[in-house]
Amino acid sequence: MRRRDGPRPEVLLALCGAGFLLFNFPLLLIWDQPLTILGLPLLPVVLFVVWGGLIAALAWVSARSARPPRSDRAGNRRKGE
Amino acid sequence: MIQPGFVLAASFGYLVLLVAVAAHGDRRAGQGRSLIDSSLVYALSWGVYCSAWTYFGSIGRAALGGVWFLPIYLGPMLAMLLAWLVLRKMVRIARSYRITSIADFIASRYGKSPLLAALVTLITVVGILPYIALQLKAVSAGYEALTGGQGQSDMAWWRDGTLYMALSLAGFAVVFGTRHLDLSERHEGMVAAIAFESAVKLAAFLAVGVFVTYGLFAGMGDIWARAQAQPDIANLLRLDGLGFEGFQGAQWFALTLLSMLSVLMLPRQFQMMVVECVDERHILRAAWLFPAYLLLINIFVLPIAIGGMLMMGDAGAGAESYVLTLPLSQGAAWLALLAYIGGLSAATGMIIVETVAVSTMVCNDLVMPALLRSGRFAQAGGDLTRLLLNIRRAAILLVLLLGYLYFRVAGEAYALVSIGLISFAAVAQFAPALLGGMYWRGATRAGALGGLIGGSLVWAYTLMLPSVARSGWIGADFLDGPFGLTFLAPQRLFGLSGFDELTHSLFWSLLVNIALYVGLSLIGRASAREASQALLFVDVFERGQAQPVFWRGRARPEDLRRLAGRFLGAARAEALFRDHARETGTALDSLTADARLVDRVERQIAGAIGTASARVMVESVSQEEPLSLDDVLEIIDEASQVRVYARELEEATIELRAANEKLKSLDQLKDDFMSSVTHELRTPLTSIRALTELMLDTPDIESAQRDEFLGIILSESERLSRLVNQVLDLAKIEAGVAEWHTTRVDMKALIAAALRATAELFREHGTEVALDLPERVPMVLADPDRLTQVLVNLLSNAAKFVPKGRGRVQIVLLRQGDELVVKVRDNGPGVAPGDQATVFEKFRQGGDACNRPPGTGLGLPISRQIVVNLGGRMWLESRPGQGACFAFSLPLQGQGRSR
Repeated sequence: MRRRDGPRPEVLLALCGAGFLLFNFPLLLIWDQPLTILGLPLLPVVLFVVWGGLIAALAWVSARSARPPRSDRAGNRRKGE
Repeated sequence: MIQPGFVLAASFGYLVLLVAVAAHGDRRAGQGRSLIDSSLVYALSWGVYCSAWTYFGSIGRAALGGVWFLPIYLGPMLAMLLAWLVLRKMVRIARSYRITSIADFIASRYGKSPLLAALVTLITVVGILPYIALQLKAVSAGYEALTGGQGQSDMAWWRDGTLYMALSLAGFAVVFGTRHLDLSERHEGMVAAIAFESAVKLAAFLAVGVFVTYGLFAGMGDIWARAQAQPDIANLLRLDGLGFEGFQGAQWFALTLLSMLSVLMLPRQFQMMVVECVDERHILRAAWLFPAYLLLINIFVLPIAIGGMLMMGDAGAGAESYVLTLPLSQGAAWLALLAYIGGLSAATGMIIVETVAVSTMVCNDLVMPALLRSGRFAQAGGDLTRLLLNIRRAAILLVLLLGYLYFRVAGEAYALVSIGLISFAAVAQFAPALLGGMYWRGATRAGALGGLIGGSLVWAYTLMLPSVARSGWIGADFLDGPFGLTFLAPQRLFGLSGFDELTHSLFWSLLVNIALYVGLSLIGRASAREASQALLFVDVFERGQAQPVFWRGRARPEDLRRLAGRFLGAARAEALFRDHARETGTALDSLTADARLVDRVERQIAGAIGTASARVMVESVSQEEPLSLDDVLEIIDEASQVRVYARELEEATIELRAANEKLKSLDQLKDDFMSSVTHELRTPLTSIRALTELMLDTPDIESAQRDEFLGIILSESERLSRLVNQVLDLAKIEAGVAEWHTTRVDMKALIAAALRATAELFREHGTEVALDLPERVPMVLADPDRLTQVLVNLLSNAAKFVPKGRGRVQIVLLRQGDELVVKVRDNGPGVAPGDQATVFEKFRQGGDACNRPPGTGLGLPISRQIVVNLGGRMWLESRPGQGACFAFSLPLQGQGRSR
């Protein structure tokens, strides 16, 4: 049976759980302060940064899992030449 | 202000461009160079999530509640983290069973239930119509804002541009959304156009964002710094500033969860993500490209909202058109027009995909079952493909006109954002049945029906009706509970207060939904068909191509063929049967209507009219045996047995293939060996025969000459018999039948004996022999005769290859670890590197053919075979020009015993 390629389910579930926690009560209250970062209000900046971080993490996890088959294919081609 | 005619021309031009893109997409698909076969286009097509509600509504919401516009986009981010697990399974299931809509998906999972399909369709239509109306309203409102018009809705309906917009969108959806009869085929042109629209709305929104942030202000920091001066705006970006007490954590969570579910359950999302998926591997990249798209389109929402409030000084409904009014107020008419086009693309994209998706459901799950039930239709033969397409087209038109009607009647009643959320909450009711059905085998049709009915009734009561009441269509006292029953107040059910209405409704509806779904599933018993569909769904990844077919009964191929012809058209039906005949290896005429064929026909028809209707149609032409639950289990058992057998068979085949390969190479070796042997035998035979003939033909041959000839004949005969003996010897050793007389052997004595046997050879060539033997060597267990044979062979080889007169051969005996090593080194030409690997092969002789010394080419192979049989190994150490050194080792393991 072919092993499914792609990120491991546990990693994705962990990321999703982390996202749920980071985007919700009560962790959100931490950032609800009258502070600014580079002149911008803290809360929205943090929300966007966490959001971007999750995207980057997902992209990284996906790319890492997609790499082995790609190098495998390249290897086959070299063999064929 | 911009001239109305100009705005209309631009809108029309944009629609023409859209048609061109779609036509190009279809053309490319026709050439087999699909435009949408890329994860980027796939992700962009998901951008249809961002409707006019996002484009205009987000800013309005941000102006009122700060970061509260965000949960609607954070939910999809969370959902996308699981896309590879959940969405891929949905795509695989839909692909495997030719499922073309969310109603079809749920109905198919619960035993292909027409009732369930109709229910899901009904909920969708009720939930989505306001949403479509919302898009029309947004376009209309945008037009007013742009032209400074006095509100078109006051005009007579035939002068309303929104109607014509709706009609032209219906036209687009008809042309590009109903191209193929088979819905499981992709609408390439439509997807290309939607992806294009996603790019346009993103670009337009970003353009406005940059204009506001860096044109009207000096960056985001500047906007915020100025906002600080106004306390009401400054407080906007706090979660009420009250911390734990004030933060509506439940509402935030509800919005996140709601959007997380909606991004998978909305009909347009299902259409783009599941039905139009080209390759499920695209999901991997699209899953992070799509949230990145959402992030980009939201990044300027707050700056535009706050900037707008600072410039325009109002935070009311006007905020929803800031993208238009802000550039307009600064005289940037072109940018305002671009922003309007962006909003138009957001609205049209949503409308097109949503109507195509909803019309599919309406056609397959509401109209078709009604038609099928009417006897006349079921009896009549003839091709129905055209009728089907026309029903679908009519459904598109109908959905859009209903949306328009809703907009005309209720358009002014309620704010944009609320309508969107009401729709979201409606489709969220599908989540338990759909997601549960993919992972929980025990879920039953009764559970799904109960959950959907209960959940959607609660939704209607707690969310839909209050919004209707607030619009003034039913008495506002309804909000305090019908008939004065305050505990039934729709927004404070059983006195549960403290939630906002959306969270309240979502909590109660999902609670009732899940409770009924789980409860009824646990209490009731699944029918055989539900159980079989449950297995096909839950285990979709485990079956691969060999899926069990849950069908028993009798059918006639010609009936099936007629059925397929009616719904697929004659040509495709023909192709379907021809393919089946080819794959099963039977002639087209002698096809029997076995379970596989029936299943195949049913699946193909399902792609055109939905699984539930397809089931009804196949039932109508065959006599089916109802399956019991035991039958289902039996079929599964058979299928898994077959899988086990198949795997075993595969393994056996692999072994057989390997054995065959080995035999083949052995056979080749044998052939080579035979040809070498015969070649070696022929050479001496030829010379014996030639000399004998010569002597026969010349009776008066001189005696000296005759003696010479006889001498040659004798030596050639000896060579022949030696060769034959060696071949026999080798064969015996290799076959393991040679006799071995193993005793304790003194290697020094053996070397001396071998030297004596070859002394004549060395002396003849004037070769010097040197011995390097230790004082004492342990005895080894070996066959002395065989070992002597090996030593003599190595020594005579050395004697043959050393140069005449100055030859030098050295024999070394030494102990290395638990081995005894014998080396015979000569100062001959050595073995060329290319030959070193083959020198131990049969009939491989060193040197080139013309000037090498005579030999059979079997000595070294035999020697090595002997040494190997005695438990040792033989090797060659040689560098060209430095002589050769053949060595062998024997194990000393018997030494302890022999001492």
